[in-house]
Amino acid sequence: MSNKNVEQNSYEIIIQPNRNWFHIDWQGLLHYRDLLFLLVRRDFVSKYKQTILGPAWFVIQPLLMAIVFTVIFGKVARIPTDGLPPMLFYLCGLLSWRYFATCLNTTSVSFITNAHLFGKVYFPRLIVPLSTIISNLLAFAIQLVMFLGFYFYFKYFTSAGVSIKPNLFIFTLPLLLLQTAAISLGVGLWMSALTAKYRDLQFLMNFLAQLWMYATPIIYPISMVPGKWRFLIAFNPMASIVESFKYAFFGTGTVSPNYLLISIFITIITLLTGILVFKRTERTFIDTV
Amino acid sequence: MKPIIEVENISKLYHLGLIGATTLHDSLDRWWYKMRGKEDALKKIGAKHLMIEPNDPQAGPEPNTIWALKDISFSVKQGEIIGIIGKNGAGKSTLLKILTRITDPTSGRAIMRGRVASLLEVGTGFHPELTGRENIYLNGAILGMRKLEIDRKFDEIVDFSGVEKFIDTPVKRYSSGMYVRLAFAIAAHLEPEILLVDEVLAVGDAEFQKKCLGKMKNVASAGRTVLFVSHNMGAIQQLCPRTILIADGHIMLDDNSENVVSIYLSRGREQKSGVRDYEGVTAPGDDYVRLKAIRIMNELEHVATMFKINESISIEIEFTVLQQISNFHTYIRVFTQEGILAFGSGDWDDDNVEISRLLPGRYLTRCVISGNLLNRGSYSLTVMGQIPHARYVFVENNVLGWKILELDGAGGAISMNRPGVFRPKLKWKFTQIKDQ
Repeated sequence: MSNKNVEQNSYEIIIQPNRNWFHIDWQGLLHYRDLLFLLVRRDFVSKYKQTILGPAWFVIQPLLMAIVFTVIFGKVARIPTDGLPPMLFYLCGLLSWRYFATCLNTTSVSFITNAHLFGKVYFPRLIVPLSTIISNLLAFAIQLVMFLGFYFYFKYFTSAGVSIKPNLFIFTLPLLLLQTAAISLGVGLWMSALTAKYRDLQFLMNFLAQLWMYATPIIYPISMVPGKWRFLIAFNPMASIVESFKYAFFGTGTVSPNYLLISIFITIITLLTGILVFKRTERTFIDTV
Repeated sequence: MKPIIEVENISKLYHLGLIGATTLHDSLDRWWYKMRGKEDALKKIGAKHLMIEPNDPQAGPEPNTIWALKDISFSVKQGEIIGIIGKNGAGKSTLLKILTRITDPTSGRAIMRGRVASLLEVGTGFHPELTGRENIYLNGAILGMRKLEIDRKFDEIVDFSGVEKFIDTPVKRYSSGMYVRLAFAIAAHLEPEILLVDEVLAVGDAEFQKKCLGKMKNVASAGRTVLFVSHNMGAIQQLCPRTILIADGHIMLDDNSENVVSIYLSRGREQKSGVRDYEGVTAPGDDYVRLKAIRIMNELEHVATMFKINESISIEIEFTVLQQISNFHTYIRVFTQEGILAFGSGDWDDDNVEISRLLPGRYLTRCVISGNLLNRGSYSLTVMGQIPHARYVFVENNVLGWKILELDGAGGAISMNRPGVFRPKLKWKFTQIKDQ
């Protein structure tokens, strides 16, 4: 914690109001790293145990969404998909988006849902949103496997296979995933600080996430966005992430290095300011419960 | 050797009311007032939820702020056991929350030279779906233990808890006793250098509390340091050589326990007189209403502080209306000596008089607490003047008190030891049913 550093020996704790915005107690986080992994484990186990279908839900949800999109946007509205099978196109878009949305959903209420815990015992609060980001990787991995199933089916068993051109860009996927984690953590930290102060915002969160999804090229390709508006895409980090995923798997899409750089820059700024705001809030959050 | 705990000028400011955690609407409201540059902006908003008198000794720099702690300094040597006492709301729990890093102080600093644990954390973070084994690790980590450390103590913890058979069962299937035992076993194996105990907050049955006290003694005898917050003067005197008395957010006394406890107790007694008069502009109130006097009277219309159990108690509140005011009411709250709110009552219960607009002049409201209602014991009185749903004009906390005594002999031995805040005389009928 910025205001509680561990000095000299690990057993001197100084408690004082925080005067330094930029001090982050990495040592404290390090000391509690076991807690991070235990919380991740708890998330796995409890998710698995509480529902009948267990991890199957991670597959069913995006699958249903992709089917709905295929019917509404593909068949009825006939929004183009860069010449790709609509189902595959949507599943690919949802891959990184679902990870982003579930992370955001949980981290944005970190304070509210953990008030009972935070009110009783001290540990670096950042551990909680961090553990969420990590444990959601499980869902991502399951979805990735499902996606790859569809991917190989469409590539090798349908006529649309020729338009699917995987390329070297695929090796950047881990980095893109890291960026997705960073941006969802950054926005989540911001929102968790805001929802701690303004409880009504949590009801707005779902709506905002929905809106954000439509501002991200999931159901449409960037190529459909008129040229003069395309610069806006650069300011939505998720847009370039989603489009890059598509480019990596299909070889179609609009990926520009400039936009990627801007999106990375925005991601870093969001994450850093998010951490600062979060730390600001954690210091006295419990007084307002 | 440096003291193990050093507290220097710790202060904590709280914002009262809804300001703090709030709705967007409230914030916009405040912002809107500020934007229009109205002079009375903050005051007006503050008044909306006014809960503390500006001339209260604990009042903070802004309306609706209160110093829960102000310039607290003390130091503790390793191995000391220190009691912390004070009335409810004096700031004891806030102090513990700061020392456990749950909340930050507003100013000042504290240095803790050792690992801190507090017994109010028992069972925190238990997840019902996880097994006992998994919860030991999770809970231990939340309390600050490293995984290796838990590995090392695991068998000991399980032994101590006595739930070996169920260690791989989800804790949701545990009985509440097993649950608490396991939770306590983890906390007990933390081996902190500094143990903080808040008896008021420690949940659990008598047996569990006894266990907590036992643990405290052990910890202390092992040369560790304990801060013990309690209302139980007996336990304080028995366990702690030194005690700190906190009143209104200040350290009032820091001395050997015998002195502090006896002063604390006598102070409580002194306060209880039967009448309180207020003079001039220092009287609680505002430009509309000022409090004049509060009296506790017996059936003979004499000021009194001792009552028999069957006697009625009259509370009179006298106030002056300076400017015409609407919908002003007086309200009382009666607390037991343990600080439990027995009841509250307001003058709007008077259904004969319908005064909604008060013209300048002097007024008296009077409440009669009938005999055979409150149990024997000491009571303290809080008096408020308010415009319901709008604001408090004055709040006089614990301003007066009285004591209710047993009837001399008349009730007989049977009536002597009835528990509870109230001891109403109810209608009973004792009859023999005759067979036809």
